[in-house]
Amino acid sequence: MNNRISQTFDNLRLQKKKAFIAFITAGHPSLKATYNLVLALEQAGVDIIELGVPFSDPMAEGVTIQASSQWAIKQGASLQKVLNLVKHLRERTQIPIALMTYYNIVFNYADEKFVKDAVACGVDGVIIPDLPPAEAGLLRKAARTADFATVFFIAPTTALARIKPIADASSGFIYYISLTGVTGARRSLPPTIIPDIKRIKRVTNKPICVGFGISTPQQVAAINRFADGVIVGSAIVKEIQKYAHSKNLVAKVTAFVRRLISF
Amino acid sequence: MKIKKSFPDKSGHFGSFGGCYAPETLMGLLIDLDKEFQKIKKDRTFKKEFEFYLKEYAGRPTNLYLARRLSSHLKTLKVYLKREDLLHTGAHKINNTLGQILIARRLGKTRIIAETGAGQHGVATATVAALFGLPCVIYMGSEDIRRQSLNVFRMKLMGAQVIPVQSGSKTLKDAMNEAVRDWVTNVRDTFYIIGSVAGFHPYPVMVRTFQSVIGQEARRQFLAKEGRLPDYLVACVGGGSNAMGLFHPFYHERQVKMIGVEAAGHGLSSGEHSAAIAKGKVGVLHGSKSLLLQNKDGQVQIAHSVAAGLDYPGVGPEHAYYHLIGRAQYVSVDDQQAMGGLKLLARTEGIIPALETAHAIAYLEKLARLVGANRRFARTPKTVIVCLSGRGDKDMNQISQLI
Repeated sequence: MNNRISQTFDNLRLQKKKAFIAFITAGHPSLKATYNLVLALEQAGVDIIELGVPFSDPMAEGVTIQASSQWAIKQGASLQKVLNLVKHLRERTQIPIALMTYYNIVFNYADEKFVKDAVACGVDGVIIPDLPPAEAGLLRKAARTADFATVFFIAPTTALARIKPIADASSGFIYYISLTGVTGARRSLPPTIIPDIKRIKRVTNKPICVGFGISTPQQVAAINRFADGVIVGSAIVKEIQKYAHSKNLVAKVTAFVRRLISF
Repeated sequence: MKIKKSFPDKSGHFGSFGGCYAPETLMGLLIDLDKEFQKIKKDRTFKKEFEFYLKEYAGRPTNLYLARRLSSHLKTLKVYLKREDLLHTGAHKINNTLGQILIARRLGKTRIIAETGAGQHGVATATVAALFGLPCVIYMGSEDIRRQSLNVFRMKLMGAQVIPVQSGSKTLKDAMNEAVRDWVTNVRDTFYIIGSVAGFHPYPVMVRTFQSVIGQEARRQFLAKEGRLPDYLVACVGGGSNAMGLFHPFYHERQVKMIGVEAAGHGLSSGEHSAAIAKGKVGVLHGSKSLLLQNKDGQVQIAHSVAAGLDYPGVGPEHAYYHLIGRAQYVSVDDQQAMGGLKLLARTEGIIPALETAHAIAYLEKLARLVGANRRFARTPKTVIVCLSGRGDKDMNQISQLI
């Protein structure tokens, strides 16, 4: 069986399209709402869902995702519950789903057991900001045999010599961090993105998606001219926060995401 | 028996602990830092410069003082105090901040950040930043700012900007999260001076190296006074930098027993404590794998101690390793016992220790009983070096409310 993330990128490439990856925090505002949001985001044209499993100390996150993580933890969103959520979602959708979390959550669950259970529940990959390839031996080994994607990061500060090993360790796609900083919407993005993507493309054929700071349709369009996709997180989470208590939560958030994609 | 192998390995592992669990944005800098650290270990100019500031600025060597009245109170122990409290700024933290700021300058960094719990590391960082004329930002939990207002004032006087951290438990771990967030944003010009033997490789080994001056001096001084090695080393452990600084130079001498004292807060069974070794599980926080207070889902738990400097849910990876191989023994002392330790030292020796250090003093009473219970040793007292890591001035407000 082919990994849903790789299949999606293959299909998009054939159609000369770019991936739109939406990040939301599982359990924000509730696990039930997350379930509905995933289904609605797929309808809105999202290609891949990045589902955040909340961690108490998310050191790469800006205030928006920090707040959604704390909220979700209070809702009782644990890795176990998020896996169950994906299992239920798989009765309704085949959209690729990657989990984003911090390594302690996965380590606490045990790397091999995590990959086994995640695959069984229909999760397609994992993104861990505080796990560089050098410390990911166990996870990568388990993931390889299970055809489970391990997405690693390249940053503006990554030295040329590190790019190839990171690209080689990555599967599904490579996550390029647009800026030096934490997650969170920014007015403008650094000009280094384009030359950096070109540099990475020289050493790998794997899809490169750009995340951190992206919040407007213009930014999405500009980056997609060079990258294979974009990841939007904080901007969507902010919208979810805004309508967290509203009956129109799903409608409002999907309308916002449609605008991002349509440009 | 001697243990020949030295730790950590090249990538910062102490057995299965340690390592470098860092966001990619920081990896380049951490690799450069490790290279620079390897270089300065052999660099005589650096060594001379570091020793110059330790001696002329910080006031080293510190005394190894025989606490006669405390010893006669304890009966079965002969206690020497390693007086780190006499250093400039009042605690051992300055040893490390001097070393790190010299490295920061070599790397061409022009801005300094740090986290702080009790404020001692924040003060020591603000101090060296002022000394070298570099702008400095200190992250401190708002709960700690309340407990340690005097240190906040000291940092500000020396020109540091103190940023209150409101997230999570509003204590040390959250201050560290916020410092890391600043660092990933400003990594090109900013150096993060981490205050304990924790964090991403090479920090645990680098901080250990700078703090080892405590143990090296104590070893020399003790040999000169007693003609032999001590029976016990005792130090308080939060992240564990003063303890590792004292312990590490004695690592190969198995006859020297090491005891690290964790904070039991309201009691180990209360759930409100900072005893990561006694009650933690293996986990990853702030860049290294170690023992960590966490719930069944892997969420980090909020630590508690009357001493803000011990109020951290983790512990340095090398301590977890010493615990695992049995090289050091880790015990705990609760808030109330620590207050007892503070009063004991104040009354017997005229020295008021920091609340953190008071945990190490408090444990001596128990150690004295254990030694006394063993009749064979009852006649000749056992020798102990206690790391008197800091003085209590900063805690006067808090203590006056507790007594």
